[in-house]
Amino acid sequence: MVEGVLEIDRVSKRYGEVVALQNMSFDVRGGELFGFVGSNGAGKTTTMRIALGVLAADSGEVRWNGKPIDIDTRRRIGYMPEERGLYPKMKVLDQLVYLAELHGMSTNDAHRSAENWISRLGLRDRRTDEVQKLSLGNQQRVQLAAALVHEPDVLVLDEPFSGLDPVAVDVMSHVLREKASAGVPVVFSSHQLDLVERLCDRVGIVRSGSLVACGTVDELRAGGTSRLVVEVPEAVNGWTEGLDGVRVIGSEGRRTVLELDHGVDDQVVLHAALATGPVHEFSRQRPSLTELFRNVVTEERTA
Amino acid sequence: MSPFRSVTLVARREFVAKVRTRSFLIGTVVIIAVLAGYVLLQAALFSDGQRSVVGLTGQAVQLADPLREKAKAFGIEVETRDVTTAENAEQLVRDDELDALVTGAPPALRMIVKDQGDDVLRNVLDDVLRQQVLAAQLAEAGLPQTIAQELQNVRVAVTALEPADPLRGERLAVGLVVAALLYYSLLVYGTMVAQGVVEEKSSRVVEILLATLRPWQLLLGKVIGLGAVGLVQLVLISGVGLLLASGSGVLSISGVGGSVVANGVLWYLLGFFLYATVFAAAASLVSRQEELQSVLTPISMTIIIAFVVGINLMIQNAAGTAVTVLSMLPPFAPILMPGRIAMGVAPAWQVLVAVVLALGAIAAITWLGGKVYANAVLRVGSRVKLREALRT
Repeated sequence: MVEGVLEIDRVSKRYGEVVALQNMSFDVRGGELFGFVGSNGAGKTTTMRIALGVLAADSGEVRWNGKPIDIDTRRRIGYMPEERGLYPKMKVLDQLVYLAELHGMSTNDAHRSAENWISRLGLRDRRTDEVQKLSLGNQQRVQLAAALVHEPDVLVLDEPFSGLDPVAVDVMSHVLREKASAGVPVVFSSHQLDLVERLCDRVGIVRSGSLVACGTVDELRAGGTSRLVVEVPEAVNGWTEGLDGVRVIGSEGRRTVLELDHGVDDQVVLHAALATGPVHEFSRQRPSLTELFRNVVTEERTA
Repeated sequence: MSPFRSVTLVARREFVAKVRTRSFLIGTVVIIAVLAGYVLLQAALFSDGQRSVVGLTGQAVQLADPLREKAKAFGIEVETRDVTTAENAEQLVRDDELDALVTGAPPALRMIVKDQGDDVLRNVLDDVLRQQVLAAQLAEAGLPQTIAQELQNVRVAVTALEPADPLRGERLAVGLVVAALLYYSLLVYGTMVAQGVVEEKSSRVVEILLATLRPWQLLLGKVIGLGAVGLVQLVLISGVGLLLASGSGVLSISGVGGSVVANGVLWYLLGFFLYATVFAAAASLVSRQEELQSVLTPISMTIIIAFVVGINLMIQNAAGTAVTVLSMLPPFAPILMPGRIAMGVAPAWQVLVAVVLALGAIAAITWLGGKVYANAVLRVGSRVKLREALRT
């Protein structure tokens, strides 16, 4: 069982006049799946590249178990870059063995591990094919194997799900979950927010180079407005007008959607509803991560 | 993991990946074939030019022995053939079976040739004839034949202030072959380094590699790996070339083979380390193979100019001032110096100066090129300006 924390501590990076990252901070604990979401150009890839030492930060620090990451600890990270990269003319097995050796494995261990991941990711028939001859989906699998082949203590994956078919998404999700339950901190970025919501223990939302929200999806939901869906067939229009901090924001058929400000007790609303007659439905509408994301991003933009 | 292991791993991958390709095998075979063809052609010209077949008929047959001996004194080889019984000896000359046909008896000797008589052969014949006539006259006058002997030995003593090397042609040929092989190796393997850098950049695998390697380790491993491939090829080619050359008798310089190969290898290593880093740095500025040519042209041109200009100067006068100076300057030395060493015209001090300058240049270029490479290799997209890559 690996125990460890990957900490990104106030990392900043500028490209000339453009600020790519500004005090980016978060941490990923051992055994945790951390989803990293944000619009294009928000700074996700830059953060990951800095964590891998592929890019130098202007300031700030990336730590692993409390110590700044150096070339030796970096070898313990499994990395999948946004731009997929493998030697096109190298055979799958040779490629994985080579990468495992570069990450410090002995030749024998490298072979064993490469064969292991090849069969686990369903690439056994393709093991002696050149990478360029594989389908895109299979190339993605090799890319994942390349990130995992040296049995890393940390996983940093940039958009691991993009371009995968549903079966491959399941394989990938399964592998990531498994790695996390083995105690490995796993960070990955994605635009597939439903997937992130389903899979991740915690989520960080990035905007303009800074983390603007971070926590479990439930934590992200808390603190914002909440929504109620109420079906009160005998109520007259304006039955909520007497309630502070409650607004009608729409109706779905016979149901009314209400938005409650933070801290408003929904039981007060329920009483008001019951006062109008029978209540057929009274439920909380939990905003999806997609909605939360949209709120966070637009909120900040208008602010 | 030690940096040494990292560099070794990279070098091994580059070596294995390249040696396994069909192009390496085909390239080596083609060069060996071309070299063999050249050597065999030389061998054919060599024996053809030196050996004449002379047909003798009638009384002229008795001239066979003095003719062969005299020819040897003139430095040519003559094979004599008795064609008295041949029906049409002149036809043999027409058919190139004979280089010349000699008929008649001294002093009225006739030489029949196809189109142009060999001047040396005619001089030989004249001399033989004169001796025969002299001997006959001496005998007639009752004088001793020793007079003829003495006359025979009268020679003008020649003192050469700058004696010509009788093996000059041979040395020049060896020098040119060495220069050509180095030119080929530097250009081909330098370009290969450049292509490798761009391949890693365009396939983006460099990002994964640099997450575990430092740029200099990747660059050094690549240069060593591909350099070793070039070295293997160079040694293969020169080994086969030497075997062919000594086997066919084209090379008569004794013991020249080993030292020529050793020099070739030394200068290949110096030249490769000098140029490979430049090739790699230039290649790291671009992201696609299609853009590669534009950044490589200035480097290739330097090598091509060194070869073309150098070869011309070497053929004219390998000890001339221009070629001497050029052969000591780092960009040209790896091609010209080994050629001049093979020709035996480079004094030790010049070789030493060239080696020291080359080592200095390698140190400077490696530092500068490594910097450009490290700064540019991860910047994908439009071409990186050299000035930007040198900054920071």
